Amino acid sequence: MVEAKLDVTKYDPRKLGLRVGLEIHQQLDTKHKLFCSCPTKLVEQPPEKPAFARRLRPTRSELGEVDIAALFEWRKGRVYEYYAPDECSCLVEADEEPPHSLNRDALVIGLSIALALNAKPVDEVHVMRKIVIDGSNTTGFQRTAIIALGGYIELPSGKKVRIQTIAIEEDAARKVDERGNSVRFLLDRMGVPLIEISTAPDIETPEEAYETAFIIGQLMRLTGKVKRGIGTIRQDLNVSIKGGVKTEIKGVQRLDLLPKVVLYEAIRQARLLEIREELRKRGISPQDVERESKIVDVTEIFKNTKCRIIKRALSRGGRVYAVKLPGFHGLLGVEVQPGRRFGTELADYARFWGGVGGIFHSDELPGYGISEEELSKVFEVVGARKGVDAVVIVADEPKAARKALEAVIERAKMAIIGIPKETRAALPDGTTKFMRPQPGAARMYPETDIPPVEITDDILAEANKLKPVHPLVKLKELKTKYGLSEQLAQQLLRHVHLDFYEYLAEKYGDKVAPTYIASIFINILRNLEREGVPVENLSENHIEDVVRALAQRKITKDVVPQVLEFLAKNPTKNVEEAIKALGIGAISLEEVEKLVEEAVEALKEEIMSRGMAALSKVMGRVMPVLRGKIEGRVVAEIVKKKISELLEKHR
Amino acid sequence: MARKLLEKAGAKIGDLVRIVKSDGSVYEGILMPRYMAFSKPIIVIKLSNGYNIGVRVDDKTVVEVLKTREQILREAAAGAPAVIPLIEEKPPSGPKPRVVIVGTGGTIASRIEYETGAVKPAFSAKELLEAVPEIGFIAEIESEVLFNILSENMRPEMWEKIVDSVAKYIQEGFDGVVVAHGTDTMAYTAAALAFAFQGLPVPIVLVGAQRSSDRPSSDAAFNLHAAVLTAAKAPFAEVVVVMHGEPSDSYALAHRGVRVRKMHTSRRDAFQSINSLPLAKIWPAQNRIEVLLKPLRKRREQELVVKNGFERKVALVKYYPGMDSEIIDFLVDRGYRGIVLEGTGLGHVGEWLIPSIRRAVEEGVVVVMTSQCLFGRVNMNVYTTGRKLLAAGVVPGEDMLPETAFVKLAWALKQFDDINEVKKIMRTNLVGEIAARHTLDVYPRWNHG
Repeated sequence: MVEAKLDVTKYDPRKLGLRVGLEIHQQLDTKHKLFCSCPTKLVEQPPEKPAFARRLRPTRSELGEVDIAALFEWRKGRVYEYYAPDECSCLVEADEEPPHSLNRDALVIGLSIALALNAKPVDEVHVMRKIVIDGSNTTGFQRTAIIALGGYIELPSGKKVRIQTIAIEEDAARKVDERGNSVRFLLDRMGVPLIEISTAPDIETPEEAYETAFIIGQLMRLTGKVKRGIGTIRQDLNVSIKGGVKTEIKGVQRLDLLPKVVLYEAIRQARLLEIREELRKRGISPQDVERESKIVDVTEIFKNTKCRIIKRALSRGGRVYAVKLPGFHGLLGVEVQPGRRFGTELADYARFWGGVGGIFHSDELPGYGISEEELSKVFEVVGARKGVDAVVIVADEPKAARKALEAVIERAKMAIIGIPKETRAALPDGTTKFMRPQPGAARMYPETDIPPVEITDDILAEANKLKPVHPLVKLKELKTKYGLSEQLAQQLLRHVHLDFYEYLAEKYGDKVAPTYIASIFINILRNLEREGVPVENLSENHIEDVVRALAQRKITKDVVPQVLEFLAKNPTKNVEEAIKALGIGAISLEEVEKLVEEAVEALKEEIMSRGMAALSKVMGRVMPVLRGKIEGRVVAEIVKKKISELLEKHR
Repeated sequence: MARKLLEKAGAKIGDLVRIVKSDGSVYEGILMPRYMAFSKPIIVIKLSNGYNIGVRVDDKTVVEVLKTREQILREAAAGAPAVIPLIEEKPPSGPKPRVVIVGTGGTIASRIEYETGAVKPAFSAKELLEAVPEIGFIAEIESEVLFNILSENMRPEMWEKIVDSVAKYIQEGFDGVVVAHGTDTMAYTAAALAFAFQGLPVPIVLVGAQRSSDRPSSDAAFNLHAAVLTAAKAPFAEVVVVMHGEPSDSYALAHRGVRVRKMHTSRRDAFQSINSLPLAKIWPAQNRIEVLLKPLRKRREQELVVKNGFERKVALVKYYPGMDSEIIDFLVDRGYRGIVLEGTGLGHVGEWLIPSIRRAVEEGVVVVMTSQCLFGRVNMNVYTTGRKLLAAGVVPGEDMLPETAFVKLAWALKQFDDINEVKKIMRTNLVGEIAARHTLDVYPRWNHG
C-alpha cells in the first residue's frame, strides 16, 4: 500500500534515474525589438483601455491535426484583448503590418553567446513561426530562429552538459488579467528579443540543474547585453525519471526554485509509478475502469445538501454527477507532491476538459458539507464498494460536468498504464500543476515575410567582439578595477547581480566605495534574507535608489540594512518614503553644527576642565538624535572642531 | 552549386537528406524549397525539431537522400490522429439559404503542410466547411474555383468571366454569391460587377484577407463568415465588399463596390467607403446585420439583368506637376477610346495639357475628370483652368472615385455606341457611384484630440 502522506526525504533523485534538460530564455538588451523599430521598454501601467480584441483560430495541419488546448479556448469563445501603449508598440505588434527584417544587433548578441558556449553558428538563419494560440502573441505564433547548434558548458565538477540548440525569438505579450471569457494582454513586452538556450537531457541531479542554469545565466550576463531583473530570464524544464515520461515544466522565474521543481517532479513521477504498482497489485485494468466507471446523475441525493458548492451549482440549474473508480479506494488521497494529491491531478483534468471548478472525491469525504449519509447513498447508486472503490462527484452545468467526469475516467485509466505526457506550470512553492497535454511535434512553418539572413564573416567578427570574457579574466578585473579582495571578487563573480554590480560601481564608485557596494550584495542582502526579510521583493531600481541616496548623502551606511528591509517589506514605497517612515532623514551639516554647539554650550564647564577628553561626553549627548542621519565619524569631527574653538576662545 | 549537388544526389524537395560538409560537420533534415532561387550556395533543410536552417555547401560537400518525401508522408499519415472538427455540433437540418463561393485567388482558406512548410489553398466546399464550419450554420454552401491568381494580375477579361459565372449561379436560384478575391484590386472588380449587373435580385459579396489564412490570427475566416452571412441574409441586393471594420474581430463592414477603396497597405480594416458611409455593419458572431444606408435595391425586388463587357482601350492617368502632354497624345495615337484623368483639387491639370485634351475629344475620345483628393466632388466652374477644360470637352466625374470612373468608362464604352450617350451615362448615377449630396459626417479626421 502506498503511504498517503508524502515523505520527501525518502526520495533520492540519483536513484530514480533523473534526466533533466533546460530551456533558458533571456531577454536581450537591444535598442529595438526583434522585428520592428519599437524600443524594448516596458510601461509601468497599461493604457486605460484595450485597443482591440481578437479571437485566434486553431489552424489545421495537412493531417487534420489541431492543437487541442487552442481548440478548447476557441470553442469557448475566448476573446483576447490587447493594451497597445503607443510608446512601445506599433502596427507590427498589433499584427496589422508585416514584420520588419530581423534585428541585426540581437543576432550578433545571440551569436556572441553561442560562441562562448562553444556552439556552431548556422550558415543561414531562417525565421520560423511556432504556433502558440494562448493569445500571448497577436499573430497566433511566435517567431523564432535557430542561430547555432551544439556546444557545451562545464560544471564545477568537470562534467559537461551539452547544448542542443540556440535560438533567438520574440518575447510574448504580458498577461494582465483574465475576466470571464476574456484574457487581457499588454503588448509592451511582445517582440523583445530573447535568446533561448536548450541543453541536452544530461543533467542528473537538482543541483546540476541549478549549476547549469547558473553558469549559462552568468555567461549571458557577462556580455553586458542582456536585460536584468525579475522576468527577464525564465527557465523551462524537461524532466523524466526511469520508467517515467518527459514532462515539460514552464515558467520557472527564480533560479533558487529550480532544484526544488526538479526534485518535486521526480517525486511526482515516482509516486505516480507507486500508484500504478498498487493498482496492478489490486488487479485493476484499464478495461475494468472502462467497463465499471459509468457517469450517474445523483442530483436527487443532494436535494437538501448542506454542501454550499453543490447548493450553488444546483441553484444555477446545474446537476450533480458521480462516477465510480473501481479499486481506487485510498489512492486519490495519496500525496504526489507536497500538498498535491492524486485527486488533485484528477481535478486538474476535470477543470481543463470540462471547465468545471473542481471535483469531490471519496478519499476526502465526508467533508465540505457532504454528509456520511449522502456519501453512502452515492456509493450505493453508482454501485461502489466502501473500502474498495473510490467515487468522484462533480456538480455543474450537465455538459461540463459530464465532460469533466469523462476526463477523470480517462486520467484514472492512464494511472494504470503509466504517466501521461503533460505540460505543467511551475508554482511558487516548487510544485507544478497541469497546464495542458503536450502539443504534438513542434508546429513550425517558415515565416515567409522575413528574408533569411546569411551569417557572414562580418557578422561573426562582430559577435566575436562581444563574446563574454572568461570568468577568470573577469575575476582579475574585479580585483584591479574596483579594489575588491580575492574573496569578495570570487563571491561577486558567482552572484547573479554581477553585471548590475559593475553598473553601480561604474556609476557611483567615485562617491560610494565599490567594496561597500559589493558588500550590499554579498553581506547585507544575504543577512537580511537569513533574518527572513523578503528580499526577493527588492527590484534593481530599489537597490540603485539606495546606492544613489548614499552617493547624494541622503542616508548613511549604517542605515542601509534598515532601508533595504523597509523597501523589501513595502516594495511599492521608495527611498524617500523609507527615510520618512524610519525617521532617519539625513540632516544638514548646519543643523548638526547647531546641535553640537548647543551640547558644547551645555557641557561648557566640563570641557573647560577636561579639554578634548570631554569629546565622548558631547558625542554621547548628540548621537542619540543623529544616529542614522549622519555618520558618527563626521559628527566626531564637528565635535572636535567645536571643542577646539571653545578652548581656543577661552585660552 | 547547391542545385548541382542536389541533382547529383537525386534529392527532391521534401526528402530527408544528410549533408556532410568538407569540414566534417554533418546536418540532417528535410530538404526545403528555397524562396530566392539558387543564387547562393546554400541548401535549406528542416531539422527534426521543426526549425529550418541554411547550410553552406561547396564542391567537396556530400549530399545523400536518407528517405524520400513519399515515405515520410506515408509514415506520418499512418500515425495521424483522427480529425477533430472545429465545431462538434452539426448545423441544424431544414431549408437554409443557398450561397455559392466563387474563388478567383488569394487564400481565403488554406492548410499548412508542416513537413515542408508549404501553404496549400483549400477551396472545395468540403474544405471550406472544415476550415470555417460557422458558414454551414448560415447557408448551404457550394463552391467553384474560377481561377487562382494574385489580384495585381487581374484583367478586364477576368471581370467578364466572373460576371458570367456569378450570373449563372443567380439564374440557378442561389440566394447570394460570394466572390473570394485578392485585396489589391478587389475594389476595381467590385465596381465592374456593380455596373455589369444592371438588374440584381440577390447580393454579390466580394471578400478577401489581409492576413493569410494559414495563421491563427488570420482575418480570412471572420471575413468569410461575415460575407456568407451578408450573401445569405442581407436585405439588399447590391454588389458589396465585406471586410473587417476595425482591428478587432468584432464587426465587418459591407461597402458599396463603387464607393470602396483599399486605403491601407496592411491593416485588416484597410477597406473604406469614400464619400459615403458603408452600406452595413455585419456582426458575424452575433449573426446580425445592421443596415446603415438606404439600400438602392432590395433583395428579390429586381429581375436579373446582365450587361457584360468592358472596353480595353481605356486609361487611368494621374496628373502630376510638369506632366508632359505627349502622354495624352500617345494614348490618342494608340487608339484609346477613353481617358480618366486623376486631376488636382476640384479637377484640374496643367493648362499646357489643354490642347492635347482638346484634340483627344475631337478625335472621339471620352475624357473624364476625377480628383486625386478622392474625397469631395470635382467642380470645374470655379477656376479658369476648369472652365477651359470643360470647354475642351472634358466630362466632370462628379464625386466618383478615379478607379470607379475608370471601370465605369470601360463598361459604358462597351455598352453604348453613341459617344454622347456614354458622356451622359458618366454623369448619371447608376448604382450609387454618384451622390448629389455630401453631408458633413462622411469625411474621416485623425483622432488628434
